[in-house]
Amino acid sequence: MTAELGAFALVLAFALSLAQAALGLMGAHRPALAGAGVGAALGAFGGVALAFGALVIAFVTSDFSVANVAANSHTAKPLLYRVAGAWGSHEGSMLLWCLALTGYGAAVAALGKGLPFTLRSRVVGVQGALGVLFLAYTVFASNPLARLVNAPVEGRSLNPLLQDPALAFHPPFLYAGYVGFSVVFSFAVAGLIGGRVDAAWARWVRPWTLAAWSMLTVGITLGAFWAYYELGWGGWWFWDPVENASFMPWLIGAALLHSAVVTEKRGALSGWTLFLALAAFTFSMMGAFLVRSGVLTSVHAFAVDPTRGVLLLSILGVASGAAFLLFAWRAPSLQRGGLFGLVSRESLIVLNNIILTAATATVLLGTLFPLIREAIDGDSVSVGPPYFNLTFVPLMAVAMLLLPFGPLTAWKRGDARAASERLKLAAATAVVFGVAAYAVASPRSVMAAAGLALGFWLIFGALAEVAERTRAFRGPMAETLRRLTGLPRGAWGMTLAHLGLGVFTLGAVFETTWKVEAAEALSIGGRIDIGAYSLSLDSVRTAEGPNFLAERGTVTVTRNDRVVCTAEPERRFYPAGRQTTSEVALCNRGLDQIYIVLGERRVGASGGPAWLVRGYFNPWVQLIFLGPLLMAIGGLVSLSDRRLRLAAGRKAA
Amino acid sequence: MKRVLLILSAVLCMAAASDPSERLPDPAQEATAREIFREVRCLVCQNESIDDSDADLARDLRRVVREQVAAGRDEAQVKAFLTERYGEYVLLRPAFSVGNAALWLAPFLAAIGGFAFLLVRARRREDPAALSAEEEERLAKLLDDGEA
Repeated sequence: MTAELGAFALVLAFALSLAQAALGLMGAHRPALAGAGVGAALGAFGGVALAFGALVIAFVTSDFSVANVAANSHTAKPLLYRVAGAWGSHEGSMLLWCLALTGYGAAVAALGKGLPFTLRSRVVGVQGALGVLFLAYTVFASNPLARLVNAPVEGRSLNPLLQDPALAFHPPFLYAGYVGFSVVFSFAVAGLIGGRVDAAWARWVRPWTLAAWSMLTVGITLGAFWAYYELGWGGWWFWDPVENASFMPWLIGAALLHSAVVTEKRGALSGWTLFLALAAFTFSMMGAFLVRSGVLTSVHAFAVDPTRGVLLLSILGVASGAAFLLFAWRAPSLQRGGLFGLVSRESLIVLNNIILTAATATVLLGTLFPLIREAIDGDSVSVGPPYFNLTFVPLMAVAMLLLPFGPLTAWKRGDARAASERLKLAAATAVVFGVAAYAVASPRSVMAAAGLALGFWLIFGALAEVAERTRAFRGPMAETLRRLTGLPRGAWGMTLAHLGLGVFTLGAVFETTWKVEAAEALSIGGRIDIGAYSLSLDSVRTAEGPNFLAERGTVTVTRNDRVVCTAEPERRFYPAGRQTTSEVALCNRGLDQIYIVLGERRVGASGGPAWLVRGYFNPWVQLIFLGPLLMAIGGLVSLSDRRLRLAAGRKAA
Repeated sequence: MKRVLLILSAVLCMAAASDPSERLPDPAQEATAREIFREVRCLVCQNESIDDSDADLARDLRRVVREQVAAGRDEAQVKAFLTERYGEYVLLRPAFSVGNAALWLAPFLAAIGGFAFLLVRARRREDPAALSAEEEERLAKLLDDGEA
C-alpha cells in the first residue's frame, strides 16, 4: 500500500511541477499566479519526499513485491545499507535526483523572499520546468515503485562493495551538488528572460553555487575515499569516465565561483558568468547521461540501459539547448560593465577561468574521444590516466602557479611588483621545501619535488595573504589580532579553499611518488617488510557477519621491533550475490597510512596454508582527503558570510 | 530492471600484478614491467590497466610483457608489439599520431587561445577611466594646491 501511495505522490509531484513551471513563468507580473507557483513548488517537493519515503520504507521492510527492492536488497542486509539501497540503483538514484531538484525548487520558493518578485517567480518557474522533465522520466520510464506480479521470497541484494558507510552517504552529497547547480541554471535562465544580469544577480547566485560546489566536493571525496580503501589496491582516482562525469561540473563550478565574484564586485564578465551558470548544470545532466547510458565503458558501469540513455540525452538536449539558445539570443544585449587593466584581480580570475575551462574541455575530450575516433574513422582507441597526467596536470600546475597572486592583486588596476614583493617569502620557502624534498626523498624525482614546491607555494601564498590583510609582523600584535577577528567569513572561506588545494597537492604528489608496495604469500607467523615497517601474519580465523562469512587475519605491524598497531584485514564472502570482497585494514601513522589486504588462500612453501598478504605504505595519503575537506569547509564558511544572506541582498537591490 | 548491472563487478580482485608468483627475478626488470602494465589496457575489462585487473586475459598480457622485458626489450618495443597484436585500443596512453592530433593539441590550444583572447581584449579596451600623463600632472598639482 505504501508503494502505491508513493507512486501516486510521484505522479502528483509531476503534475504540480507542471503547474509550478506554468504559474512561475506566467506569474512574473501577476502576484496571484506567482503565489500559486510557490505553493506548487512546495507541493512538488512534498510529493517527491513522500515517494522517496515510501521507497525507503519498502527497502527497510524488505517489501520484495516492489521490483526495485527485490533487485537491490536482501533481508540479511544491515539497516544502514537497506536504507542506502534506496538510492543504490538506477531508479532509486533518479528519484534521489528528483528529490534534490524539487527540494532546491522549494528552497528558492521558501527562502527567496528577499529576491525581486519577478526574478523569484521566474526562477521557481524554470526550476519547475526542469522538475517536469526529470519527473516525467522517473514516472514514465524509470519508476522505482513498480510492483512485481510474483514477489520473490528473497531479494538479490546490493553489491557488497557498495555496502560501505562512505558509499552510503556518497550519492546524497554528490546529488546535492550536481542538482544544486540546477538553481544556478534557473537563475541564469530567469536573468536572461528578464534581461538584467548585474551585481545583485551575481550576489544571489553565489550562495547557491557555493552550496552546490561544497556538496559536490564532499561527494567526490567520499567516492575517492571509498575507492581507496574498498577496492583493495589503494587507488583513489582513475580518470574513469564516471569519475570524469562528476569532475567536470566541479571544475566548471569552481570557475563559476570565481567569475561570479567578479560580476558581483565589479559588474564585469556577466555574460561569461551566465555561460558558466548554464554550463555547470549542463555538465551535471551530461554526467547523469554518461553514467547510465553505457556509451562509455567504465569500471563503475551503472544501470546500463541504452533506451533510458536516449531519454536522458533528450532531456539534456531540451533543457540545455533551450537555455543556450536563449543565451545566444539575449546575452549580446546585456549591459557590459566594469573595465579592468591587464594587471588586475579581474584579469587573474579570467586566467583562472580560462585554465579551468580548458581543463574541463580536456577532461571532456579525453572522456569522449574514443567515441569521436570511432565515429570518424572506426578506430578504437583508449584514453587512460597517462593522457590526463600529461594534459590536465600541467594546465592545473599553471593555474596553481598564478593562484596566490590573485588575492594579493587589487581590483581594476593592480601592481604586479607589489604582489610579487609580498609573495617573495612564500616563494622562497616553497622552493627550499622542494629542493629539500629532492635531496632527501628516495627515489629522487624532479617532478615530485616541483609538485611539492607547488603545494607549499599554495599554502604559504594563502598564509601570506592573511598576513597581508592583518598587517602581521608589520604592526602591533593587538592590531593584527583585531584585524584577524574582523576578517569577513568570505575571506576565510577563500583562504581555507586555497589552503585545501595546496594540502591536496602535497598529499597527491607524495603518495603517488613515494608509496611502497609489498606482497607475499605468508603462512602463519610469516612476515613482509614495507619500508621501515614489518608486517607479520599472526593468525587467520573465520568470522561471521550479518550477511557474510569472512576470513579475518590478525596482522601485527612493527617498526624497529616495536609494535605499532594490530590490524585485522578481512576477506569476505557474501552468499546472497556469491561475491568475494576484501576488507582492507588501515593503520594510521600521522599523515601516513599502512594499508593491509588479506588475499586468497593458497598452498604455502611447506605445504601448509598460506595467504596472499599485500601491504602498502602510503605516505601523506590523509592529505589527499583532508585537502578537499578543507575546500568544502571553505565553501560553507564563505556561505555563512553575512553579506551573502538573502536579506542582505534585498538591501542591495 | 533486468538490465541493472552490478557496479564494479569486474574489479573484485585487484592489484593482481603484485602477485609474487608472477614476478620477474630481476627487480629492475620487474619495475620496468610494472611501469608498462600501468599503460596497457585489460581488453576485456571495463576500464582497467593490466596492472589492476585480475582477469585471465590481463594475466596473459602481463606474462607476455614480462617475457618481453626479460628478453631485453624496452618499453617502446613492448608497446609496439602489443599494438601490432591488439590494435591501438590496448594503449591507455594514446599514441601521438595524426588521428589523435586533436586530442593532444586541443587542451593547450584552448588555453593559449584563451590567453590570446584576454590580451587582445585588454589591448583593444584600454581603460577609458584611466588618467593620461597630462591629467595625472594636473591632478597632482591640484592636490598639492589643496595641501598648501
